[in-house]
Amino acid sequence: MAEPFVSFTSRVIPLPAENVDTDQIVPARYLKITDKAGLAEALFCDWRFEADGALKNPPFILDRPEMAGRRILLAGDNFGCGSSREHAPWALVAWGIQAVITTSSADIFRINSLKNGLLPIVVDPERHRQLFELVGRDPDVELTVDLASETVHLPGDEDLPFNVDPFSKLMLLEGTDELGYLLGKAPAIEAWEAAHPARIDTVEATGTGA
Amino acid sequence: MGAVRGPDGVIPAKHVGTAECAAMAEPRTLVDKIWDDHVVAEDPGAPSVLAIDLHLVHEVTSPQAFTGLRRRGVRVRHPERTVATADHSVPTTPRNLPILDELAAAQVAQLETNCREFGIPLHGLGSPSQGIVHVIGPQLGLTQPGMTIVCGDSHTSTHGAFGALAFGIGTSEVEMVLATQCLLQRRPKTYEVRVDGRLAPGVSAKDVILALLARIGVAGGTGHVFEYRGPAIEALSMEQRMTICNMSIEGGARAGLIAPDETTFEYLAGRAHAPHGPDWDAAVDRWRALPTDDGAAFDRSVTIDASALEPMVTYGTNPGMGLPISARVPDPAAAGDASRRRGLEQALAYMDLQPGQPLLGQKVDVVFIGSCTNGRISDLRLAAAALKGRRIADGVRLMVVPGSDEVKREAEREGLDEIFRAAGADWREAGCSMCIAMNGDQLSPGQYAVSTSNRNFEGRQGKGGRTFLASPLTAAASAVAGVIADPRLLPGIESLAAVGGR
Repeated sequence: MAEPFVSFTSRVIPLPAENVDTDQIVPARYLKITDKAGLAEALFCDWRFEADGALKNPPFILDRPEMAGRRILLAGDNFGCGSSREHAPWALVAWGIQAVITTSSADIFRINSLKNGLLPIVVDPERHRQLFELVGRDPDVELTVDLASETVHLPGDEDLPFNVDPFSKLMLLEGTDELGYLLGKAPAIEAWEAAHPARIDTVEATGTGA
Repeated sequence: MGAVRGPDGVIPAKHVGTAECAAMAEPRTLVDKIWDDHVVAEDPGAPSVLAIDLHLVHEVTSPQAFTGLRRRGVRVRHPERTVATADHSVPTTPRNLPILDELAAAQVAQLETNCREFGIPLHGLGSPSQGIVHVIGPQLGLTQPGMTIVCGDSHTSTHGAFGALAFGIGTSEVEMVLATQCLLQRRPKTYEVRVDGRLAPGVSAKDVILALLARIGVAGGTGHVFEYRGPAIEALSMEQRMTICNMSIEGGARAGLIAPDETTFEYLAGRAHAPHGPDWDAAVDRWRALPTDDGAAFDRSVTIDASALEPMVTYGTNPGMGLPISARVPDPAAAGDASRRRGLEQALAYMDLQPGQPLLGQKVDVVFIGSCTNGRISDLRLAAAALKGRRIADGVRLMVVPGSDEVKREAEREGLDEIFRAAGADWREAGCSMCIAMNGDQLSPGQYAVSTSNRNFEGRQGKGGRTFLASPLTAAASAVAGVIADPRLLPGIESLAAVGGR
């Protein structure tokens, strides 16, 4: 991740499904890449395409013409559960999604998202229900996601607060990555390793074999 | 609870280093002990820098991490604490045949290049120690109590069976561990899963974990680490314990642990990378101090009565949608809220099942026995015992895929492959195979499978395929019947439980 996360305003893609697993976000057969190419096309592809490659009719929500360019996904509880594949947030980002609003996201998906400039926003079930109602009433409603103040601005003066891990927030706002921070901890890591012998040697077998 | 520690969890300075501190130290859980042993640094407001003892690498989630290292000009900090294998995208056809899928071949070749360039030991295709990463770690004795273990794979929770804190990570974190042998982590909450009683014949570890998932749901453990305890857990072999810990992630918990005990030590003794000689004795002494202290508090707790469990089968499209095998498919109309109802309706539509229909007797096209959940030698022994002298039903395809090359050799030494072949099964080479369906082993659209793997998500075993998750015994019984069948009705089921071994 290189770009700082800046406040943005977008219309919303509603996806009222619970427990959306990362196998749906990117099916496993698209994991045979050694880079990050082509993942936008893989995003939700089994929900978007028939077996013959034609778009489903009616089309999946992402393929409705009015959804083009929208950067906020409003999804159900436990979004991103299942496989640890980082291809899921890579694909969402490649599509143009910058924030996923849910009542909870799976732990590994949340961690992976925060490392790729994709903001998982968790709101309480009542506010979540109201958001779906709002988008149902006004499908073109625009929300503003402001990470610095940890707020989603709704039309009028309404604000929806959310919480983000303070360290992840700092990394996102600065556009720096955690590996840079961790590499800076080299002296502490060296000191710790000097005091703690390795538990394992994966190269040299130590036992009698099994 | 001890009174020494302040509300922020910090031991007040007046107690530090005193005998009183040691005597009155707050009782800790297994997770807390491992965590405390691995904290390298903690900046205010930042996550802990956590040292990682063992990093497992495979071909699918690592290539972009190695690319990142090259871009930064960073070496792998500890190749000798890292180990690789090829498992996810590899074919399970005979090893003398080439990998026909060009993308998979390129991915496996890239892993070989990366391991060579960065000095990482690789148990690659053709090696006698190749296999599913979560099968070979324990088998080689690399997985040990008290360790922190990570891998770019959510089923890394498997290794928790040894009393290790083991969890799945994404590719960015794979790069972090390669570069620094550390991760940035927040301390997880703890969730006690107590399993009392005793499993009935025909009911196994797989049924315990499916019952837990049915009880707490697929998000029940989010933010937590499970610790499985109680007499029913203590009675399990290491391989059965691995089956349970393996599916912790299906309950939303990144890790699931079981305290090390004599069963653990007996499994580890003599394995290639286990401590040896005087080091072994010292290690066992260290490991004996790991179990959760009496009086330690968990953030959450649930109790399951093993004695009341039946074999379990899933009917829906996530692993929490499971039922006792004698039950009927639930009615979405009875679901509590609209969102749940919609989810259930979608699941039943995908599975083409009707509310109220019994699970027993449901037609099956394919049976898959294998995976990091149930592809170990004891799983194959159980399936073989159930299939011995029988034929699978006409029109059913049974695939048996050993979890590792070593499991395959052992099964062949014991003649299990002959039992499988005589029953009409397809006996394959080791790999993840139809659990993730990346390698050509997959269901056709609309097919029904009973599978010993871990996920019944839409399309998981092939686009349009429909999965019933179950134990190896239920899978074998269903292959013979051609429909979902109760393994408790197998002749001699009382004696089968002893077949598995360690």
